[in-house]
Amino acid sequence: MSLFKDPRWGEALSHLPDYLGNHVRVSLAALALGLAVSLPLAIVTRNRPAPRAILLALASIVQTVPGLALLALFYPLLLLGASLTLAWFGVSFSAFGFLPAMLALALYSMLPVLRNGITGLNGIDPALIEAAKGVGMTPRQSLLMVELPLALPVMMAGIRTAAVWVIGTATLSTPIGQTSLGNYIFAGLQTQNWVFVLFGCFASALLALAVDQLLGLIESGLRRRNRLRAGLGAIGIAALVAATLIPTMGRSSSGYVVGAKTFAEQYVLSALLRDRLQAAGLSATARSGLGSSVIFEALKAGDIDLYVDYSGTLWTNQLHRTDIKPRAELVAELKTSLAKDNITLLGELGFENAYALVMPKKRADALGIHTIADLAAHASTLSIAGDYEFFSRPEWAALQKAYGLQFSAQRQMQPDFMYAAVASGEVDVIAGYTSDGLIAKYDLVALDDPKQAIPPYDAILLLAPKRAGDKQLKAALSPLLGKIDIATMREANLRASGNDANSSPDAVAKWLWGKVGRP
Amino acid sequence: MPSRPMIGYTHVTKSFGPLRAVDDLSLDIAEGEFLAIVGGSGSGKTTLLRLSNRLIEVDGGTITVEGEDVQNIDPVALRRRIGYVFQSGGLFPHLSVADNIGITPKLLGAPSAEIAARVDELIELVQLDRASHRDRLPGALSGGQRQRVGVARALAAKPRILLMDEPFGALDPLTRDALGDDYRSLHRRLGLTTVMITHDMTEAILLADRIAVMRGGQLLAQGSPAELSKSSDAYVLELLRTPRRQVERLNLLLPQGGAA
Repeated sequence: MSLFKDPRWGEALSHLPDYLGNHVRVSLAALALGLAVSLPLAIVTRNRPAPRAILLALASIVQTVPGLALLALFYPLLLLGASLTLAWFGVSFSAFGFLPAMLALALYSMLPVLRNGITGLNGIDPALIEAAKGVGMTPRQSLLMVELPLALPVMMAGIRTAAVWVIGTATLSTPIGQTSLGNYIFAGLQTQNWVFVLFGCFASALLALAVDQLLGLIESGLRRRNRLRAGLGAIGIAALVAATLIPTMGRSSSGYVVGAKTFAEQYVLSALLRDRLQAAGLSATARSGLGSSVIFEALKAGDIDLYVDYSGTLWTNQLHRTDIKPRAELVAELKTSLAKDNITLLGELGFENAYALVMPKKRADALGIHTIADLAAHASTLSIAGDYEFFSRPEWAALQKAYGLQFSAQRQMQPDFMYAAVASGEVDVIAGYTSDGLIAKYDLVALDDPKQAIPPYDAILLLAPKRAGDKQLKAALSPLLGKIDIATMREANLRASGNDANSSPDAVAKWLWGKVGRP
Repeated sequence: MPSRPMIGYTHVTKSFGPLRAVDDLSLDIAEGEFLAIVGGSGSGKTTLLRLSNRLIEVDGGTITVEGEDVQNIDPVALRRRIGYVFQSGGLFPHLSVADNIGITPKLLGAPSAEIAARVDELIELVQLDRASHRDRLPGALSGGQRQRVGVARALAAKPRILLMDEPFGALDPLTRDALGDDYRSLHRRLGLTTVMITHDMTEAILLADRIAVMRGGQLLAQGSPAELSKSSDAYVLELLRTPRRQVERLNLLLPQGGAA
């Protein structure tokens, strides 16, 4: 059985201290904040039905927002907040990673804590509250000595639920830049590394299970008024937190942070960039799995130092341009525009990763389709699939407008599954990427765009404002500029799409450097 | 009344919405007296009791405790100097017997060694076993034991007044009888002033010096059992008829000087 001999288990394990430590840190902070806010609210509103109902309704609404969306929402919100504090008080803060993740998760933890807090406090026999008053307790003493201790087991059950939710949902904080056990899952899904996916799922499930059991021990200890039991649970929790946090403490977070978006090519390139920096004696880490809009803002704010983007993407999404220019001109103009934000466009890597409408070669030949214009005539009987952002991107609108495309159905898919889907006939056309190695593998063809509705997508290297004058950094990266042609990148991407030890981003990055690094 | 009353109610009224729970009621309770307030449910007897330590606030009239208008006393301080025994004990289930008994001294800031000594003294006083009961949780006690702890807790801060809200109502007859007797002797020994609520006229006659009969928030009659039996009020006579009938039946059923 080679499954367990796979070196990717070792690679996954080597990330564990970092991912687990960060996962526990953000979960713990979120839970602490959630408790600090919801417990006083539960206490204050316990005898006030109207505010209590409003509060519970709000918390329930938050709960219905999908975790990923809630996390994603906090990023722009904090960006706005950061720009406001900068304007008003001259101080800014990072809207990236820890802070938005913690806030969103804290919000997520509030419902069970609030609900159980209120239920616990309201469930106390009124005769006992009367007795507390009767023996001469002040309202405060009654709360602290009688009501809270009696409500504690029910409250603890709520805290337990909240802890499990937070630990599970924290895996979704990877796209907003918070390292977590979700890094395994996101990276694994994007690079078809099932070892990583499994590892991430098991690790977060085990963590949640362990915390649940230990908190359960505390809860039952409180319920049975058994100090030993509750104490054991508390010691267990403390030990778990210490064991997961200590390995990552004292580790310097300085150095360069290389960002990567959520697909295989980006994982490979970020690994390549990181390796180059390390080879030049610079300390560097990769922060991968970042959302497309998050990553540019993160660079602008200096939360990451460099990453690879694509000219057309920035052209439409950041500059909001709808006109199309030739490759070189577009990059030149982009460079000038980005310079206004102090962002350095260091140069092109050499290849282009454009959106392209892709279909099986045989099918295209049979239908006589060579260009998107040919496709338009057949579109009404065909279905199309794209990645999660394609159909809301301006390029899609431009394509539809230029060719009058009307498909019978459109679907969204995980990018790496699209190619297999179109090859098997599950869908007829996909919006693929020109640099993808799977185009050759599945014998697909990228249709020509005679009206040039899709802008060019040169891979470009961007540096954060604070690195604008960093000569060491630029020197370490310059050997890559213009060196990676489309064929090489396709092959690299094809390797990365495999499901074996040689297909990990790190391994492919090394292979890629071997191909392009020779002088 | 020779001196000022321990507790004095003067034209006291209290309403809950449209309901007049206590209606223009005046009543004095002398120092060292054991007063039982008897009445059916809704007669206002519990309200009357709770007005005196401001668990409930009056609408009109005045209440004095040891000559002082309760409105001029901080309610928390007032409650700490008046013992209160709750209907089903009202013990805090998360605190041990000792912690329950010592709660009021603790609230008053007594040193813990002093509290511990007082707790031991009280456990003895209410005839519980120190070794086996001191550190138990109330849940592990019988109903009678719980009520003894309730009495001990009420006595902990050495109050001169004890208010009891149907203290023995939920107990079996034997326990009830024993507890009543034990409490009666404590009352005498400690020189307490006791106000006890009960709906059981027999209990009131057996324990109290004086009985106040309430109905619809008003005081129908008051006096010693002998004085009450001379009352012309139909309800009072009805209340007294029950114990009488019980005695007659018991005398009939149990042969005099029998094996008991």
